[in-house]
Amino acid sequence: MNAIQDPEAEIVLRLSGITKRFGGLVANDAVSLSLKRGEVVALLGENGAGKTTLMNILFGHYTADEGEIEVFGKPLPTGDPNAALGAGIGMVHQHFTLADQMTVLENIVLGTQSIWSLNLGKARARAKIRELATDYGLEVDPDRIITELSVGERQRVEILKALYREARILILDEPTAVLTPMETEALFTTLKKLVAAGLSVIFISHKLGEVQSVSDRVVVLRGGKLAGERTTSETTRRELAELMVGGQLPVNEIGPSTPRDVLFELRSVSTPSLGGAALRQISLQLRGGEITGLAGISGNGQAALAALIAGTLEARDGDIVVHGAPVERWSPRAALDRGLGRIPEDRHATGMIGDMSVAENVISEAYRSPRFSRFGFLDWKAAAAFADEIIKAYDVKCPSPEARVRLLSGGNMQKLILGRALDGDPDIILASQPTRGLDVGAVAYVHARLIEARDRGAAVLLISEDLDEIQTLSDRILVIHRGQLSKPSLRGERSVMELGELMAGHGVDEGAPHAA
Amino acid sequence: MSEAFEILFTASFWVAAIRIASPLIFATMGELICERAGVLNLGIEGIMVAGAFSGWFTVYMGGDLWTGVLVAALTGAMFGLLHGFLTVPLGLSQHVTGIGITLLAASLTYFTYRILLPEVSSPPKIEPFQPVVVPVFSDIPVIGQALFNQTPLTYLAYLTVAAVAFIFYRTPVGVAVRAVGENPAAVEAQGISVTAVRMGAVMAGSALMAIGGAFLTMSAFNSFFFEMINGRGWIAIALVVFGSWRPGKALIGAILFAAFDAYQIRLQQITGGVIPYQIFLMMPFVLSIVALVVVARRATYPKALMVPYQKGER
Repeated sequence: MNAIQDPEAEIVLRLSGITKRFGGLVANDAVSLSLKRGEVVALLGENGAGKTTLMNILFGHYTADEGEIEVFGKPLPTGDPNAALGAGIGMVHQHFTLADQMTVLENIVLGTQSIWSLNLGKARARAKIRELATDYGLEVDPDRIITELSVGERQRVEILKALYREARILILDEPTAVLTPMETEALFTTLKKLVAAGLSVIFISHKLGEVQSVSDRVVVLRGGKLAGERTTSETTRRELAELMVGGQLPVNEIGPSTPRDVLFELRSVSTPSLGGAALRQISLQLRGGEITGLAGISGNGQAALAALIAGTLEARDGDIVVHGAPVERWSPRAALDRGLGRIPEDRHATGMIGDMSVAENVISEAYRSPRFSRFGFLDWKAAAAFADEIIKAYDVKCPSPEARVRLLSGGNMQKLILGRALDGDPDIILASQPTRGLDVGAVAYVHARLIEARDRGAAVLLISEDLDEIQTLSDRILVIHRGQLSKPSLRGERSVMELGELMAGHGVDEGAPHAA
Repeated sequence: MSEAFEILFTASFWVAAIRIASPLIFATMGELICERAGVLNLGIEGIMVAGAFSGWFTVYMGGDLWTGVLVAALTGAMFGLLHGFLTVPLGLSQHVTGIGITLLAASLTYFTYRILLPEVSSPPKIEPFQPVVVPVFSDIPVIGQALFNQTPLTYLAYLTVAAVAFIFYRTPVGVAVRAVGENPAAVEAQGISVTAVRMGAVMAGSALMAIGGAFLTMSAFNSFFFEMINGRGWIAIALVVFGSWRPGKALIGAILFAAFDAYQIRLQQITGGVIPYQIFLMMPFVLSIVALVVVARRATYPKALMVPYQKGER
């Protein structure tokens, strides 16, 4: 990765003045970018800064409204993935584009030969895949079905797909978002081998640390515009952060915790599976005045645990103990009645009802209380007043309590959920992926409120796939793997690599209780 | 009781079973191709009616039997084109469109029949396909007669299953069809047009459905009646699920269902009216529901079945 030392290196890709609008929203505003042979350029920016849109234009999924693309000196026709593939561009999407019930080999050869050919040429394809896999450290069995593969292996298949077609330019969209720290290291090694072989890479990310360790040059996007361009070795993390956010990065101070009583407890609870692994005899204690962070790779039982605590998934066996008393029947209503604040993982699917108003949404957990209804009739004045209160207190940008929630941005929607969940100072708070997809400002805001709740004595469970977030906020950290929990560790006790080992399943089982 | 059991070992029973299975095999393969590409085709019932009529009418007007089959296939493909156009590029609801196609195809057929043959009271007959005995193979006891003393259209049905299986698992076009029903974005990302693959699959599948209909007028019977498809299209949809979207398993399902059907006809004769015949008519359907419950509960659907794909959508 030292194309910088070679200013004469051939420019393989040039984007000039790319503009793309979605309705009134300008996703890309006159963005220009160039890429040299054997170079890794990081495309840095917040969620919604226009990184993915830009790359989708390059790859032909979208058609740009203005601007031109040149690949190896030739103009690239827009809106045609086939042209992009033909020109030697390969893309690894953030959400993998794999046919899950088919084999690795079938996924890779798809579209690489004449469609009316009577033969798949499996033997030759298998040999070529094996060769590429060994050359670049992308080991994966060509005959396995995609569903049997881990997320890291699926990503390797995506990279192999591009290499199989002899791509010269590889675009990786947030490739590390789904990987464990070890898998990330392996990916970086692969990238080094690729650039050594003369490929060029565009690496899309919003994580400063990895941008610094993997790239030669950084291009920063903000609000769809080019915010700056730096040589990685000549810039600092701080400078990049400020370019990305457009000002000072908000910092949350988190003081030492003062643990209190156990407010919520699970005693060897098992559940059916839900969107991933089932919980197997897990025990968990949440103390007041503490944030307990749950790290883990997506699909290892986080969804089941969140649903269990929220009351939407019934336990198979085991006990739920709230405020020291075992609960007979746990349900969403029981959870609410006992003062549980819930921030659900998917704000669109389970957090809010998009087509209903702000006021309707904020009272949806409390409409039965005498505060909002009398004799079964809703008190709309009280509801609107409550909505106004949340809008002011949480600085929600929305026209009025009557506005439909669908029209709000992700950050504002999350603030509404936060306001609803934290109303009445609940002493147990379930925060499931509370900052996913939010920009840095909104993330800092959500974090501040969670810290505030902790400091007033609430027990907070933070479930997140973002290890940085877990490490910053949590007083106590647990790792979930295949539905089992690791032993807890205190703040700073385990390193990123150690947590990564646990996330990959090394050593979780020994820590899990087996009391049958 | 032993009499009821002995039926299962007679060659004539199995000959009938395979004959009844043939139109189901065509229709099931047709539906399977559509669904594997991600498009539910509820137009099947009507497309079979249209195929039955157009094939038969071609022969009635003096066409060759194989010309009739070809006309039926083209008729099916045309309705497939319509269904595909509405559901693939336009992305309309596949349920609603499919039911619309069924109503349209059936009514249009009956209408055409009345216009073209205004004077007839009983439908005219044609000279249908005759059984062709395959030497050597047909000498295998019981099964030999059943499988190899059939009309050429039944042999075409066997070939269709083999061809579908081969194409699905051994050729690029098959991989593309399966992938487009699993994850259209994957196909798009590899530079293949999702629209083209889906449209092609729906047209090919619809053509097979129509040949299934034509089997009834040109091989099983020799004339065209109203209501002669009689729910066979709906059964084919169930058979696709029963076969977990795999050609081989779907073939077994079609033969099983047909065997039940052939069996109930013979049971009716044995019991001689003691039990109402409707009970027997019901039997294959009840059994197919039971089989669905038992076999297909864990079937893995094509992931993108009934999900329209819009390029460049956010």
